[in-house]
Amino acid sequence: MADEIGINGDNAVALAWKQIDPDVCAAYPITPQTIIVETFSEYVANGDVGTEFVCVESEHSALTVCVAAASAGARTFTATASQGLAYMWEMLPIASAMRVPIVMAVANRTLSGPINIHNDHGDAMSARDCGWVMIFAENVQEAYDNAVMAPRIAEHPDVQLPVMANLDGFILTHAIERMRPLDTAVVRKFVGEHKPLHPLLDWKKPVSHGLMDGPEDYYRHKYQMVEAMEKAFGVCEKVFADFAKISGRKYSIVEEYMCDDADCVAVILGSSFGTMKATVDKLRAEGLKVGACMPRVFRPWPAKQLAKVLGGKKAVLVMDKHVGVGAYGPMYPEVVAALAGGKMPKMHNCIYGLGGQDATVAGFEKILKAVASGKAKELSFMGVDV
Amino acid sequence: MAKGEIRFKRPEALTDAPFHYCPGCTHGIVHRLVAEVIDELGIIGETVGIASVGCSVFTYEYFNCDMVQAPHGRAPAVATGVKRAVPESVVFTYQGDGDLAAIGTAETIHAATRGENITLIFINNAIYGMTGGQMAPTTLPGQVTQTTPYGRDVATAGNPIRVCEMLSTLDGVALAQRTSVDTVRNVNATKKAIKKAFEYQMEGLGFTIVEVVSTCPTNWGLSAEKSLEWLRENMIPYYPLGVYRDAKKGAE
Repeated sequence: MADEIGINGDNAVALAWKQIDPDVCAAYPITPQTIIVETFSEYVANGDVGTEFVCVESEHSALTVCVAAASAGARTFTATASQGLAYMWEMLPIASAMRVPIVMAVANRTLSGPINIHNDHGDAMSARDCGWVMIFAENVQEAYDNAVMAPRIAEHPDVQLPVMANLDGFILTHAIERMRPLDTAVVRKFVGEHKPLHPLLDWKKPVSHGLMDGPEDYYRHKYQMVEAMEKAFGVCEKVFADFAKISGRKYSIVEEYMCDDADCVAVILGSSFGTMKATVDKLRAEGLKVGACMPRVFRPWPAKQLAKVLGGKKAVLVMDKHVGVGAYGPMYPEVVAALAGGKMPKMHNCIYGLGGQDATVAGFEKILKAVASGKAKELSFMGVDV
Repeated sequence: MAKGEIRFKRPEALTDAPFHYCPGCTHGIVHRLVAEVIDELGIIGETVGIASVGCSVFTYEYFNCDMVQAPHGRAPAVATGVKRAVPESVVFTYQGDGDLAAIGTAETIHAATRGENITLIFINNAIYGMTGGQMAPTTLPGQVTQTTPYGRDVATAGNPIRVCEMLSTLDGVALAQRTSVDTVRNVNATKKAIKKAFEYQMEGLGFTIVEVVSTCPTNWGLSAEKSLEWLRENMIPYYPLGVYRDAKKGAE
């Protein structure tokens, strides 16, 4: 295995792409994703990869090119963030409905407006119902590992859905961390050859892509996507297990930290999981039985896996880095739904980190303590009322 | 001239916020020219500026008129909405090549062909400035950028867009003129063009655009002075200065 290196999250993703050597990449620059395609374009120009690289004029065209390239049978990658993802929106459900296994890195950045370039999960959360498998990373190592694993998940015959691999903008994309890459030969073997299911120009099996559906077929096709998402759990588990064999790093659909004996568990996504683990350590030292978990796989939504972790707890705190204005954070109702039918813990939702607000141990400690002591409101806003 | 009389001062249409632009960037000159025109026409109370995305995203900090910040590429659509709602206003957008000629190409062409009575100030420096120097649609063949590290290969990355020439074919366009601010003479010519564009708009003649061939010393990797030389030697031959459509004169 290769030595440990210092690298930022964007370059780590680009490195994984270089090792995979996809067939096509179409992208448009947008902060904080830009470094990924910028670095990757160097690999293309240097001949390190054989990828067809398309500098398109907008994200809408970027994803459109990707959908078509993937339909034609190419292993296709792209990357975006924030407004770029929003501008792709029309193509997001089309990509998933056409069952093209595109891999897209999303450098999570808040959505305008107000216009702001910093991190939160507003972009990914606003795309959560578009039929993409969504995975999250806690650190640069995981951003790299997710990039290596993503094509295996997307291209699996039981899944055949695009995958959105999220990494927190700036916190992971621009911060240099220690990371241990895999050898290129190992990555190539792990990812394997892309075998498209229904490529264009296979004259013995003529196909048409992206056709009109009447109400009956439309519903059927959506239901097939639901089934594929359900199967994605098993595929993710298999890919995680295979990945552990080559890397020694074992991932789970829901990552747990000191949950077994905890009375109160925080559910949180992305880089803040690390901050929450540090908060748990601090409160454990003070004698509070708290824990934390992160749904690494956010789509399909791991309701059963979460119920197993959270069922029977006294209280659950769902930390959302996006706000459904006029409702809750996007993850909160889904955690509540996951626990419905069992004995419901006391449920809490905290909105934090919007538009790059600092997510600190001090801030997390305050809300987690309030939840543990039964004093927290159902919905609170970090830095505003807690 | 009376002793001590102040002959040169900040235009009323500029705030006193210091520009954040890199040394040698020509945004500052063009900002000033637009502001001088607004002052001379006495329209500060009627003018609405539309800021874009890119280095000029903070344009709203500098112009002393009402400003709207448009999403990436949408400035001509935003300008259309403002102008149709308040027809007596004078509406200008201020956009770079990434904004106007890439993600906003559709808006630009359709606002032009509808003959919207708006003015576009278009800064063409052949590169994406704010995101750190990637290839723009206006990047010259062979030009090195972050996404074309060995130079733009037109076989894979396409050819540059000549915006004024392209728009000059559209009947809704009242003025399409390309200028530069590399010399005093060209600075003066740019100011005249901007003034003409605003006047045409106020006369209701239609869509007006002034394309200013500009520099990006930071992302070109050149000094301010060398950037101007590079502009003269490389950009102007590809993007010749001149009037491409003029409703009053016919194309020159």
